[in-house]
Amino acid sequence: MIDKRVATPAEAVADIADGATVLVGGFGNSGVPVELVHALLEQGARDLTVVTNNAGSGETDIAALIREHRVRRIICSYPRSAGSVWFEQFWRTGDIELELVPQGTLSERMRAAGAGLGGFFTPTGADSLLAEGKEVRVLDGRRQVFERPLPADVALIKADRADRWGNLVYRTAARNFGPTMATAAALTVVQVRQFVELGELDPEAVVTPGIFVDRVVEVAP
Amino acid sequence: MIRPLSPADVARRVARDIPDGSYVNLGIGLPTLVADVVGPDKEIVYHSENGILGMGPAPAPGQEDPELINAGKQPVTLLPGGSFFHHTDAFVMMRGGHLDVSVLGAFQVSETGDLANWATDEAALPPAVGGAMDLAVGARRVLVVTTHTTRDGRPKLLSRCSYPLTAAAVVDRVYTDLAVLDVGPEGFVVREVAPGVTPDALQAVTGAALRFAPDLAVVHPD
Repeated sequence: MIDKRVATPAEAVADIADGATVLVGGFGNSGVPVELVHALLEQGARDLTVVTNNAGSGETDIAALIREHRVRRIICSYPRSAGSVWFEQFWRTGDIELELVPQGTLSERMRAAGAGLGGFFTPTGADSLLAEGKEVRVLDGRRQVFERPLPADVALIKADRADRWGNLVYRTAARNFGPTMATAAALTVVQVRQFVELGELDPEAVVTPGIFVDRVVEVAP
Repeated sequence: MIRPLSPADVARRVARDIPDGSYVNLGIGLPTLVADVVGPDKEIVYHSENGILGMGPAPAPGQEDPELINAGKQPVTLLPGGSFFHHTDAFVMMRGGHLDVSVLGAFQVSETGDLANWATDEAALPPAVGGAMDLAVGARRVLVVTTHTTRDGRPKLLSRCSYPLTAAAVVDRVYTDLAVLDVGPEGFVVREVAPGVTPDALQAVTGAALRFAPDLAVVHPD
């Protein structure tokens, strides 16, 4: 019998190791798996590499991980936003490493990891500072930069509903990086608003099939 | 007397160049004004990088959905016919040449169509790029909306950008408060000027040699 449901966020993140690379879903405050990130904070793993679009704001989720010195390195497209004070403070003092990646390249590098590709060439960023140190080739008449896949140990994402096989549906724009991140990590942990019975999700509308999911935990809104 | 165009007038002028039925991404800042002034005679599908097609205007107060936001993280709505999809698909639309028009802001644009809109030479702030580079290389037509000069009067249209590039040779047309300019093999070609702007006056506030179209016109926003 397959049952990927776990009882609590703490149980869902209990075995994340120091030094892990962790993908965290979300775009701004939309689709951030806040309770899973807080469970990771409580769990205490350190020296993390966090891959996420923004670098947190205020005092919650990723900002709290940074504040508590858990994040050695962050890979993201837009770390600077209203309230990203902890990231900015750590960045100024050199207490966090930043790898800046164009947003589409960030997403596609995770897709490449999930799809078993060795990388890809893209025109995005090819004539910018972000191509420094990377191979650039002219392909089909355009300068294109070679980008490597971005695999991870863990993905923490948020969906709306899941069944015990881990099939997922999402809600509005909270879907964002979730489906791609679910494919790119060795361990994919999902928080959902609601568990449903097997067969209740319309198979035509399942967005992330359960094969990409390892654990689901219900977090009441 | 020179009468610079208001941001709303510039937006109206941009809107005139967006064909009915287009799939369009509007960048953060000035470009978002375009959606407010497109007439009801056109059906335009707005794309947002976080996975929305058919994005509608801001919701009524109290109707906000904290997860339904645009690229600027502001609450938005979904129009009938709209759809949600994940980030990789959102960027397939951008990077794969599926968007008809991208309207972007700029710090600088060069006469060869280079765009600088993600970083200045300010070292005190951490760098941030978001989807700027993907939009600049991927859309079929890249339109730039910007003031003609910086707040302290320095030109933003230059022979060469001094700020770090977002992408090289991508800009098709620039709309400023003073003029509408095409970017092509001959550099900047001025198509239209704001009321009262003479060729000499425009050249004086531009950091690249300008050519003027034989049928140079005065901008009519509507």
